[in-house]
Amino acid sequence: MTDTDADAGWFAGSAADEAAGGDEAAARDRIATGGADRPLNWPALAVERGFAASTDEYYDRLHEAAVAATRASVRERERADDQQLIHAVRAMDDCERTANELAERAAEWAGSLFDDAAPGIEGARAVADREPETELERRAVSLAARVADLAAERDALAETVDRVAPAVAPNLAEMAGPELAARLIALAGGLESLAKKPSGTVQVLGAEDALFAHLSGRAPSPKHGIIYTHDYVRNTRPEDRGSAARALAGKLTLAARVDHYAGERRETLHEELRERMATIRARAEADAAGDGAETGGDA
Amino acid sequence: MSDPALPEGVTRRAIAGETRLATRGPAVYGEPTADGWRAWDPERSKLGGMLELGFDTGLTGGETVLYLGAASGTTVSHVADFAGPTYAVEFAPRPVRDLLDAAEPRDRLFPLLKDARKPETYAHVVEADVDAVVQDVATRGQATVAARNARFLAEDGRLLLAVKARSEDATAEPSDVFEAALDRLRETYEILETGRLDRYHEDHLGVVATPR
Repeated sequence: MTDTDADAGWFAGSAADEAAGGDEAAARDRIATGGADRPLNWPALAVERGFAASTDEYYDRLHEAAVAATRASVRERERADDQQLIHAVRAMDDCERTANELAERAAEWAGSLFDDAAPGIEGARAVADREPETELERRAVSLAARVADLAAERDALAETVDRVAPAVAPNLAEMAGPELAARLIALAGGLESLAKKPSGTVQVLGAEDALFAHLSGRAPSPKHGIIYTHDYVRNTRPEDRGSAARALAGKLTLAARVDHYAGERRETLHEELRERMATIRARAEADAAGDGAETGGDA
Repeated sequence: MSDPALPEGVTRRAIAGETRLATRGPAVYGEPTADGWRAWDPERSKLGGMLELGFDTGLTGGETVLYLGAASGTTVSHVADFAGPTYAVEFAPRPVRDLLDAAEPRDRLFPLLKDARKPETYAHVVEADVDAVVQDVATRGQATVAARNARFLAEDGRLLLAVKARSEDATAEPSDVFEAALDRLRETYEILETGRLDRYHEDHLGVVATPR
C-alpha cells in the first residue's frame, strides 16, 4: 500500500516526480498495489494537477500503465508455482524447529551468565538486546541474536506462504487455510500429485507411521493426518471426527483438482462442505438435546 | 424482435448467414466477423443476452463503464467497442492473460487484476460517477459485490447485473436465490427491471437497477 491519501489517484506522484522522469514504473506499482477508499474524478484531477494535458492524454497514459501493470501482476501471480510454495513451507518449518532448538541452548547459556534470562524465543530476544561485557557474554548474546533472527525469518516465511498459497491453489487455500494447503501440497510433492490422490490418502497424509502400523496389522486405521490441524476436525467431538475428517478430505481433494485442472474459484465446493459439516456437528447437538430430554424424563 | 434500445454502436447485421448482434472492433475470441463487425453471441455473454431479450439497459453508446468479472474479455471487448472509457476488473490471472490481448488494441479499455469484492483496491484507478456498472461475477454474495461497487456509479447511472443462482447456493431453488439477492440489492439500489436469461443462460437473472 503506497498511497493512502484520500485524494491520491494512481498517478499521485507529484509534478516534481514527473519532472524527474522514470515515474512510469512507480505508476504501474501504484496501480497494482495502491488503493483508495472512494473514487474521485481522476481524469479531471490528473489534468488539474498537470499529470496530463487533457483527459484524452490521461486515458492514453492510463491505458498504457494499466496494461503494463496488469501484465506484470499476471506474470507474478502465475509464476507462483507449487514447488516454490513447497520450498517456502519447508523452510518455514526448518526455521521454526531450529529456532526453538537453538533457543533452548541460548537460554541455558544465558541463564548461567545473567540473572533474569527467560526461556524460549522471547527470552532469546531479550538476551539479544543486552550489552555484553565479556567475551563469553558476547558469544551468548550473539547466539541469542541468531535465534531472534531465525524466528523473524520464520514469521516472514509464514507471510509469504499466506500470500503465495492462494495464488497457487485458490480453492484449496480457502478451504484449508494457506498453511495447511501448503503442507498438503508439500506432503504430496506437488499440486498435481495431490490432485491425483484419492481422498482416503489425503485424509491420512502426514500420518504415515500410523498408517503403516495399521497396514502391518498392529494398529487401527488412522482417522486423520495433517488435516487434524483444521478446525473442522479438531473442534469436532471425538466420536464424529472420523466423519469430519472424511468429509473434509473429500472436499480438499476436489478443491486440489479444481485448482490444478481448472484454476478458477468454485464456490459450490465450499458451500457443500459447510453444509456437510453443519450436518455432522448437528449430531452432537441432537445427542446433547437427547440426553437433556432423558435426564428430564428421569427426574 | 423489437429493439427498444440498442446502444449506438451495436447493430444487427447479417454475419455468416444469420442476423446477429454485432459491434465494430478487432476480433477477440475467434467470433465470426464481416466488414469489421464482430458477432456478439448472446449465449456467451450475459449482457449480450440481456440486449437480445430487449432489456432496457439505458446504454446509449459512448458512456463510461465499470465492468466487474471481465474474465477473458469476451463481453467487455464488445462493451469497449461501443462505450467510452471502460474499466475491466477480473481477479483470476489466467483469463486476464486473454483479457490483455483484447485490451491491447482498444485504447479506452483498462484491464485491472483486482478482486471485485474489494473496491478499495481499485478506487484509486477507476473514476467516480461512471454511467454503468456491468457485473457478471460467479461468486457468493453477488448482491453484496454490487452494493460495494455502488460508490462508483453516478446518481442516474445503471447497474446491469446477471445473478447466477448456482454461485449463491447450488441446492436452493433459483427463484428463492433471486428473491434474496433482490432484497439485498434493494438496500442500495432501486430495481428497474428483472428477467430470467434462461433462453441463453440457465438459472441466471438479469437485473437493471439505479442507485437509490
